[in-house]
Amino acid sequence: MRQTDNTETREQPEQTAGIWRAFKAAFPHTIPIFAGFSFLGLTYGIYMHVSGFSFIYPLLMSLTIFGGSLEFVAVSMLLGRFAPLQTLVMALMLQARHLFYGISMLDRYRGMGWKKFYLIFGMCDETFSVNYTARIPQDVDRGWFMFFVTLLNQLYWVSGATLGGILGSLIAFDTEGLEFVMTAMFVVIFLEQWRKEKRHDTAWIGLASSAACLYLFGADSFLVPSMICIVAGLTLFKGPIEKAGGLV
Amino acid sequence: MTLEQQVITIGLCVLGTMATRFLPFLFFSSRKPTPEYVRYLGKALPSAVFAMLVVYCLKDVQFTGGSHGLPELISIGAVVGLHCWRRQMMLSIAGGTVCYMLLVQAVF
Repeated sequence: MRQTDNTETREQPEQTAGIWRAFKAAFPHTIPIFAGFSFLGLTYGIYMHVSGFSFIYPLLMSLTIFGGSLEFVAVSMLLGRFAPLQTLVMALMLQARHLFYGISMLDRYRGMGWKKFYLIFGMCDETFSVNYTARIPQDVDRGWFMFFVTLLNQLYWVSGATLGGILGSLIAFDTEGLEFVMTAMFVVIFLEQWRKEKRHDTAWIGLASSAACLYLFGADSFLVPSMICIVAGLTLFKGPIEKAGGLV
Repeated sequence: MTLEQQVITIGLCVLGTMATRFLPFLFFSSRKPTPEYVRYLGKALPSAVFAMLVVYCLKDVQFTGGSHGLPELISIGAVVGLHCWRRQMMLSIAGGTVCYMLLVQAVF
């Protein structure tokens, strides 16, 4: 906090040195994200390419949506029939967890000036977890540190996705079945979530609701009913679920 | 889908995402406690939503005809197996995808 008081009156070179120091402190924290984002970003770009989209799509989508799982789902929504309501509800449900990242960051992003807008805009899961848990050294400006974490992570993701979109056309092998990467990704995320929780009532509610709605409404229109059933189910069983504990 | 519809679809994804990222800063304050129901949904939703997404990925699989969903089920088994064994996200995703590609290209 001590840095925010008189940055305005500081000399220019000293300020540049401070920004550089923040960059050097932030960069190592983003290296593990670099590995994951390059891999998933590349795959996403290639997936978009084999789905028939030019690299402009992954470039713009990774830049503006900047939320990996929704971007994957967006590909299949772009390939399906136009369903604006379903798209919006899907985006809200899939990204609802960001609400809680925001709530956790209310204090930390306070007083960040113009950087605050970008910090919130770019707060994907990985950026949140770094900015939330990192121990920022005393002599490093917190605003710039979190700014660089956000910027670098987005840079990794956007360049991976764009490169995948471009390199997709160079792939010589048969890509039939590559779309399974999205299924595999969600199975892994689901497993990670499953291992974190002691009880699995909410996972079962999600699984049962969507399987039943898929059977009843068919592949093209089961999403909105599923989401309604999930929220209704979670609300209805809120008492027992909370009483049983096990949510993280 | 026309280009216009594509732009709207992507725009709605951006809108939905940004609503969830910006709303807390507009409506909640660190001095006021977050409504209890909102907090509950935050903990309860992720598992349910990711379960729904797995079902969504499998929505077009024909269990009654064709390959009876066997390539999908076998590959999901591979993903789960790999992930329980090594717990490395990239390995599980890549392994499961390669398994599926081999199955649909060479076996089924």
